[in-house]
Amino acid sequence: MNDIVEGLWQAARLVVTLDPGLAEITLRSLQVTVTATVIASAIGLPMGAWIAVNRFRLRRFAIAILNALMGLPPVVVGLIVYVLLSRSGPLGVLGLLFTPTAMIIAQVIIITPIIASISHQAIRELWADYHDLLISLHATRAQRIKTLLWDGRRALMTASLAGFGRAIGEVGAIMIVGGNIDHATRVLTTAIALETGKGDFGLALALGFVLIALAIAVNLALHMLSGTERGSRW
Amino acid sequence: MVSAILPLVLEDVELRRQGKRILGPVSLTLEGEGITVVMGPNGAGKTSLLRAMHGLERINRGRAVWQGGAEDVRARQAFVFQTPVLMRRSVLDCIAYPLILDGVARRDARARGEAAAEEVGLHVTLSAPVSVLSGGERQKMALARALIRAPEVLFLDEPCANLDLHSTAEIERVLTAARDRGTRIVMSTHNVGQARRLADDILFLFDGRLIETGSGDAFFAGPGTPEARAHINGDLLP
Repeated sequence: MNDIVEGLWQAARLVVTLDPGLAEITLRSLQVTVTATVIASAIGLPMGAWIAVNRFRLRRFAIAILNALMGLPPVVVGLIVYVLLSRSGPLGVLGLLFTPTAMIIAQVIIITPIIASISHQAIRELWADYHDLLISLHATRAQRIKTLLWDGRRALMTASLAGFGRAIGEVGAIMIVGGNIDHATRVLTTAIALETGKGDFGLALALGFVLIALAIAVNLALHMLSGTERGSRW
Repeated sequence: MVSAILPLVLEDVELRRQGKRILGPVSLTLEGEGITVVMGPNGAGKTSLLRAMHGLERINRGRAVWQGGAEDVRARQAFVFQTPVLMRRSVLDCIAYPLILDGVARRDARARGEAAAEEVGLHVTLSAPVSVLSGGERQKMALARALIRAPEVLFLDEPCANLDLHSTAEIERVLTAARDRGTRIVMSTHNVGQARRLADDILFLFDGRLIETGSGDAFFAGPGTPEARAHINGDLLP
């Protein structure tokens, strides 16, 4: 209990004093996670819509795989990305291992199936409502997907936020491909793991509280900007 | 306005779903002008016939052929569903949506949307979400959305189901005006009074088959089948 109280106290002190170390890893966490979320959304949202709208062979199989990939073990993803980016790996020449880019790649792989699967579910329900109208209006395939993505944007924002939530709290994969290097690839989650290992539970908890506050702040900001509650009437 | 996509010829059209025949075989030719009313009891195949004509249903046997077979033949038609499809947009954006699909600039599309709303007598806050509309207003919104492209052929599936007399009268006024402008209208209705008021031609379906056709006046003056006679008189059919 003392550790928790001390952690809260230390978190408040770090935030109030604008601790430079905290600011650096917080900004890096945001930079890596937001970039990964944007890239994964750009891939996952249209993918989910496409699967919802189109009928093709192996469609059920594709949906089952997508759903299964939602539970992809981050450590395994980290290991695979590590092997691919390591000096002897096929992408070793790019020199991306132990950089924020490698962390972004790992996060994109982890959260794209989550975003695609949730958006597929949301778009499938919308498509059931819109199907006859869009066919009747002679909308092209691209127009149908564009319409569904736009009209389902609030549900899709939830899909992206789910991806963001998974990515901001991720530690296994980015620890492996990022290396938790101070002033280079250290982020909030890897710093928490490090401080816990060192036995500095107060600081680890403080960083944890900052991480939770950050996740809540991003969610609140997006909901306020998009007017989710105002728009919930339709 | 004479439609360039008519006549529509249905040759032995049959629809089957899960092994069960739901329509047909039906053969007919839709041409000329005016309002054709599709009548028949529940389950007779009215909605299926309209959807098959419009191309929304897969035809299992026979074929439906529009004049010329143009690629954009469906774009020259419009369909008003019995339950209006409510897009998650404002009323105005719902009405203007077909024009957006056609590539019309948003400002122009919305201006024409306002005119279409006025034309159907939809006097509501057009910036409001479409979900706040009443049943009659939703049907008017759907009608405005269907008419905004000035379709050559307009299909309506029970457009006045569950509407009060005032709303029904307003929708009939809009349909009559559209017919007078040359729009070919094909609609289904359970309302015998409405069919009497609007029908230039009648298609009477029973058990998925087209059992009687003819002018509205002739049909109501002397229906040729016992099923049609019973339907007009409001008798219970077996």
